[in-house]
This record gives sequence, structure tokens and C-alpha cells, in this order.
Amino acid sequence: MPTPEKVIFEYSHAGRGASDQWPHDPGTAALADLPAKLRRGHAPELPEVGELEVVRHFTRLSQLNFSIDTHFYPLGSCTMKYNPKACNQYAMLPQFLARHPLAPESHGQGFLACMYELQEMLKGVTGMQGVALSPMAGAHGEFAGVAMIRAYHRARGDLKRNEIIVPEAAHGTNPATATMCGCVVREIPVNSSGDVDLAALKAAVGPNTAGIMLTNPSTLGVFERGIEEVARVVHEAGGLLYYDGANLNAILGKVRPGDMGFDCLHMNLHKTFSTPHGGGGPGAGAVGVAARLMPFLPIPIVGWSGERYRWLAESDLPQSIGRVSAFMGNAGVLLRAYIYMRLLGHDGMRAVGEYATLNANYLLKRLQSAGFEAAYPERRASHEFIVTLKRQARELNVTAMDFAKRLLDLGFHAPTTYFPLLVPECLLIEPTETESKDVLDAFVAAMSQIQQEAQQEPERVRSAPHTMPVRRLNDVRAARHLDLTWTPTTQR
Amino acid sequence: MAFIPHTEADVAAMLAAIGARGIEDLFEEIPKSLRASTLAGVPPALNEMEIGRLMSERAAQDGTPLSFIGAGAYEHHIPAAVWAIATRGEFYSAYTPYQAEASQGTLQLIYEFQTMIARLTGMEVANASMYDGASATAEAALMAVRANRRSKSARILVPATLHPHYRRVAVAMASNQGLRFEELPYCTVEGVTLPASLGKYAGEDVTALLIQQPNFFGRLEDVDALTDWAHERGILVIAVVNPTSLALLKPPGEWGSRGADIAVGEGQPLGVPLSSGGPYFGIMTTRMEYVRQMPGRIVGRTLDAAGREGFTLTLQAREQHIRRAKATSNICTNQGLAVTAATIYLSLMGRLGLERTAAAAHARTRELVTALTRTPGVRLAFSGPCFHEAVLLLDRPVAPVLKALAARGILGGLDLAPYYPELGAALLVCATETKTAADLERYRASLSEAMQAARAA
Repeated sequence: MPTPEKVIFEYSHAGRGASDQWPHDPGTAALADLPAKLRRGHAPELPEVGELEVVRHFTRLSQLNFSIDTHFYPLGSCTMKYNPKACNQYAMLPQFLARHPLAPESHGQGFLACMYELQEMLKGVTGMQGVALSPMAGAHGEFAGVAMIRAYHRARGDLKRNEIIVPEAAHGTNPATATMCGCVVREIPVNSSGDVDLAALKAAVGPNTAGIMLTNPSTLGVFERGIEEVARVVHEAGGLLYYDGANLNAILGKVRPGDMGFDCLHMNLHKTFSTPHGGGGPGAGAVGVAARLMPFLPIPIVGWSGERYRWLAESDLPQSIGRVSAFMGNAGVLLRAYIYMRLLGHDGMRAVGEYATLNANYLLKRLQSAGFEAAYPERRASHEFIVTLKRQARELNVTAMDFAKRLLDLGFHAPTTYFPLLVPECLLIEPTETESKDVLDAFVAAMSQIQQEAQQEPERVRSAPHTMPVRRLNDVRAARHLDLTWTPTTQR
Repeated sequence: MAFIPHTEADVAAMLAAIGARGIEDLFEEIPKSLRASTLAGVPPALNEMEIGRLMSERAAQDGTPLSFIGAGAYEHHIPAAVWAIATRGEFYSAYTPYQAEASQGTLQLIYEFQTMIARLTGMEVANASMYDGASATAEAALMAVRANRRSKSARILVPATLHPHYRRVAVAMASNQGLRFEELPYCTVEGVTLPASLGKYAGEDVTALLIQQPNFFGRLEDVDALTDWAHERGILVIAVVNPTSLALLKPPGEWGSRGADIAVGEGQPLGVPLSSGGPYFGIMTTRMEYVRQMPGRIVGRTLDAAGREGFTLTLQAREQHIRRAKATSNICTNQGLAVTAATIYLSLMGRLGLERTAAAAHARTRELVTALTRTPGVRLAFSGPCFHEAVLLLDRPVAPVLKALAARGILGGLDLAPYYPELGAALLVCATETKTAADLERYRASLSEAMQAARAA
């Protein structure tokens, strides 16, 4: 079991410091022009530690983490595929790192060429007519997308349209985004086989419908078979279709959202195009649109004049929803996605959806054979699938959370638990295409072992994990006794 | 190919287990009419050697000019240890720490980050970061509307001295929810917000006042007077700050008699490369009384089942995956990797190193301004103190001068004509601790030549 690590401030000693990293002292005369009443009274209380202490501390912290590089990470809806090292290395070339966001186009033709080609490739794989790269995460892309839908209706004088329809199984970001855009959310049910309830959809649409937000394959791990009918119903009612790209990996190279009738989408480049998740970000949530939404794309966008690349700004897109980031979004992440797409190329891109789907269906079948219950057994899995442990919870009093925590002991990151909410005791499992059959087989063996433990020594599962740096944490205490910053007095 | 490890034998065995004849069978639920016939726009694959060559060529094309541009993104020395550790796979390729027991490294690091940022800003609590300084400013405005229960107007006062891009992002991200942003004029002599311009709001319902310190021109605002004016009228104060400057300048938690209510800022100066604008991270801090109105992830320390200390995401009832349409924001990710770098950076800098960095950057900018204003036709735009950035006025249009400098490998600053046409030929310049005396002399000599050339033309 790894040892817990002290908080960095506990290593601090007055007068110690990584002084080789600091600039030379300019002397106090250099600060003579700063008025005393605007100065800080005392230096900020940051740790005073040497470089080796810093290196050891943060290296040890890193070792307390599970990651793709160290563990299988079958987190449903998150697409934890391998992040190729080349993508990081070539995005971190010194000229790219040093380039100022406001540097002139004359000193950015190489970078802008990558961004322009990335826009073109993303159009190609999604079937969209225009792409903007500046949204900095999936939810940020959703915001830009729904803001464009709203701006589209307003530009037509269709001012009543403020309702966004969302299936009940949607990611939480979908309804939260609708609220961010000043819209009202209307939830509709899905039927027992996982498809949108078309009758409910028909009843929900009307003159107030701004649009519908859909993930396809849905968060239930199945392809929305009624998508053509959904598109027809929403379009006939005057609404637009928004595609949440969270599950794009499932269909990459096989089906394009533009061909399904979607007007607008975001892509999670940190999922489908393998940029790192970085412990919770940075992501990148590029947006794509059909022709009618192109005037509303967020700025800036990279254009090609026939001779050189240039930024398109307000003067080029006067109806734009505006800026959503200070500069152009997470440029370094976009470079990684560009490199990944060039490494895969046309054929590799087609293989992604195929092998992600092969891995998911194989893992589902093996788990079913081992006695686990699929939430939608009559359906093909997409790139992910849901197993429900409601029988184990009922008969053995061992929950999905218990299975998840015990998996950590066995060296596997847990799948997504308790999402989507409408399937009880669920595990949403997404293996991705970069995992081998051997790893999937080992995961099945681990799940079988836990099943056996749940029958023979259930307390071992209920009290898991046993081999992690900490046992199960008290979340209720965390929220009731807020301890959000370290102080010497909170030291125990 | 495509980082897919399957052998033909694997595929055959897997298909047999599934009971499918081929991979194509797995897509049988998708209507045939929808199948993509083409992936136009995606070229054939390059191998790693080929992409390495291509990227090196592209990078070389952009070169390494000597840059004096600041304007919200600042070149600082980044210690070698920062990214050597941040790019360790255990940080780089981990997900959001939802499974706390398997994510203690990331969680503890964020807790340390929150502590450092709270101490730097003098505020009580910090979150795990927003996307960038501009989006953090927009979210702060939305948060102020939730936090200021006495105000019903959703009116936010925004000085024209706030970064122009931040003002645009705030409008784009918050006006759909009914927020109104009203611009406060600035003094064209001093380059700071005119206190007299606030008089017209006497007795009116205003929700919040934004104050950027140092402001976009690098000038220092009278933050104490502005903060007290707002608080006397029930108006919340949102500070927008540069974290490096806080090693020297009064932290927002100490502005006026009560301190700012929310403080946000661009975290990039703390160990994050310029990288064409991102990934950076947004700082967000507030008073404890408003913590439940704050968007974004927050880490707390708690106890585990054995009574030992550990770290976990907390106050998740504010967030979209729990509250859905009623969440404080739709934000899901933070900028974890950039935060990792910043936490390592702040540890290496420590209390003295950050102060020295700020002082050295400030000293270099003063030297630069002194050198450049000796050139005929160049003068300082505003009187009064600046922090590590200043506006110069030229006696001829800025754009051709910058172009001539760029041809000499020098990025001379930001032309303010598109943003502040009323200032005339104004140029925003910045020099940080990364610049040497020789760099400053090179700029001075090149500017002199460029000015003469522009005069001749």
C-alpha cells in the first residue's frame, strides 16, 4: 500500500528555496514607483522548499493515482484510450510553446496551418460544413452550440423558441447548458429498449422548440435507431438538432452526425481524438455546424486566403455568438488532436469505431457468460454498455459501488457508476479500441472474482478498497466540515 | 495502426465469442442509409517519424522572435522540473478524480493548489480552476448575480480598462441569462477608471463592479476607493488579477475595508507556456459565505473509513452531474494539467521566488519604457504607476512600425488601435524577467530604425 504523503507546506522551512530557479534580485529601488498603499504588506505564504523536495513530493503524489499509462480505465462515457506520446512531444516543440497568442500571423503560419487542417479533418469525420476550435471543454462546446441555435432563431425573428428538449438519460451538462443559454429544459423519456420515445417527442415539440440535444449512441450504450424520425419531427417543428459528441468514438468512420440530420455538435477532442484528460482537464470542445449555422460560429476561426492563413474575426462573421475564450482556446490540446488525426489518417480513423465496438461487444458477451446482467440484452453494444447489479444488491446486499471499489484493489479503475440514473445499480463500461483482448479477459476474471467474494465473503467487497492509499472516504463529512485550504491549525 | 493492438487471431476469437461473422455485423442496428461513404478531408496516415518531421518544420516556420507582447499572456521562466513532473503519465493520463481512493495524488495536489491560490489572493476559498481568465470573469459575473440577493437588476459595471477580450467573453457567456454589462469610462490622461464616472449610479440597483488590477494598460487602479464605494452601496466587488503581481501588490482579499467578494484571474503566468493562448487556467476565489454559489470543482480534506485523512471532491451538489438544469454552471472539467504545473511552479518559486520574479519583470518593463521613450516620436501614454506593462504613444500609426519590427524578428507589443481608437497610435508593451539588457537595447535600436523608416515612407 503506498504511503500517504505530507502536504507540501509541511516541508517548508523559512529561508529555504529553489533559488536557482529565480531571477536575480533587481533591488528595492526597482519598486520605488509602486505606491505603498497599493503594495502587499507581507510576502504570500507559499511553501519554502528545495527543488529535490518538490520533485519527490509531486512524484510521490503522482504515484497515488491510477491513470491510463498504469491501469485499465474502462470509464463509461469518458473514452479513456491511450494518449500517444508523440502527440505530447511534438505539441511541446519550443516554438509552439513560446508562441504568444497575439503574435502576428507572419509568425504563426506553421501553427495556423495545423489548426486549419484540423478544422478540415473534423469537418470530414463529422459531415459538418464549418468548425470552430475555441471552446475549451465539452460543456463549453455545448454552450457555444446551444448559443448558436438560440442566435439562429433570434436572427430569424423567431423569438419564442427557448425550449431545449433533452432525453432523461442525457449527461448533466446538457440541461445545465440549456440553462446557461437562458433556455428552458423539457425532458422526454426513452422506451424500454433504450430508444427515444417518439410519441413523447411528438408531444413535446412545438412553436417554442429551439432544439433537441442528443448523444448517439446514447448514454445507454446503444445506437438511437429512430434518429431519422427524430430529426424529421424536430425539423418539421422548426427546431434544430444538437449532437453531444461524448460518444463519437463509437461511430468514428462509420456514421457521421451530419448525415444523421444534426445541425450542430461539439467534439470532445480529449475523448475521441485522444488528447490527455490531465486529471480533469484541459479538454477541448471544438464545435461543428451545418451551413445554416455557419454565420454564428464563435470567433476566432482560421481562414485560408489562397496564399496564407489568417484569423477570421468579428468583421468576417458579424453574426458570431462572439468570443468564448480570451484567445483561441486550448491551442496546445488542439495540436495534440491534430497530430493524433494525422497519425491515424483516413484508414486509422475508420478502424477506431470498429475496434472500440468490437471490444465493447466482446467484453459484454464475456461478462454475460460470467453471469452478469446486461441492461439492454437484446441490443448490440456500441462502444460501451451497461451492466446492472440490481440482483447482487438485492440478494447479496453488495452494490455497484462496492464492485467499483473492489475493482481498484484488483488493479482496475472502476467503470462509471450510477450513471445513467435510470438504470439501477449500473456500471457503464467503455473499454476503448486501444485495449488488448488480454486486458479485457483479465477484467472479466476480476469481475468474476468479486462476484465470488460477494457470495462467500461479502464484507470484503462492501469494505473495499483495502490496498489503496486510503479507505473509502467520508463525503458527508467533507461537505459538512469544509476543509478546503491547509492551515497549520488544521494540522493533526 | 491507430494504436489498436489486436492480432487477426484475437479478432477471430472475439467475433466467435460474440457470435458475429464480422465486425460489420456489430453495426447492424445502424440504418444502412446513414453509413458514411467518405471521410473527405482526412489524408492518409503518417508514421511517427513523418509527423515528427512535419511538426518540426511547422514549428521552425513560426520561429522564435523576441517578444514584448503581454496583454493577458506573459512569458516567464518555467523551471525544468515543472513540466517534467506534470507530464508524468500518472498526472497526464488520469481522469477527473471521481474515484477518490484511486486519485489521491490529483486530489491532494488540487487541495495544495487551492491553499496557495487562497493565500496569494488573500481570499478564503479557491476552486480547482476554470477554463481561463476570461471565462472565469464571465462565471464570476454570473456568480455575483446568485450571491447578491439584495440586487435584482443583474447589472454589472465593467471598466473599459478591463481586458477587451474578457469584456467580450463576459457578454457572450452571460448575457443569455439576462446579465447587462455597462461600461465605465477611463481617464485618457491617467489610464485608470474615473471615480467621478460612478456618480451616476448613486441610488441605483447594481449587482457587481468588476475591477482589474493591474488594468489592461498595466496601470494601477485605486482599488481601495473603488471597493469601498461599491460596498457602501451593496454592490459586490469582483477582482480580476494577475497572480504574479500579487507577490507585490495588495491582494484582493485586502482591498478597501472589507476586501473583494470574488477574485478571478488568468493563471497562465504561473508556469504555463504561452502556447498560442492555451491551455491556461482560470483562477476563482471567494469568501466562505459564497462558496455554495461558486462554480467548478472543489476538493476538501476529510477522513476515511479508518479515520485517516484523505481528499475528495466536495460540495458536488452545486454541479451539473447532480443538479442538472439547476447547477451553478454547466462547467464539468477544470484545467487539471495546467493546475498541476502551476502548483509545482508555486512550490519552486515559494514566497521569495515569486516576489523576485514580479520585481524583476517590473524592473525590466521600467527599463524598457525608459529606453524606448528616449526615441524621438515615442512617449509614455499615461502618468502614474504601472505594473510590468505600459502604453506608449507614437507619433505615427503603430501597425507599420510593428510590421517593420517583426521583419527584424521583434514582436514589439500590441497595437491598441482596434481596441481603443480614441488613444491614437498606442502600443502596449511588456518585458518580463526573461529579457536581458541586450534584448532591451536590440528593441530600442530596432524601434529607432523602424520609426525612421516609417517616417521616410
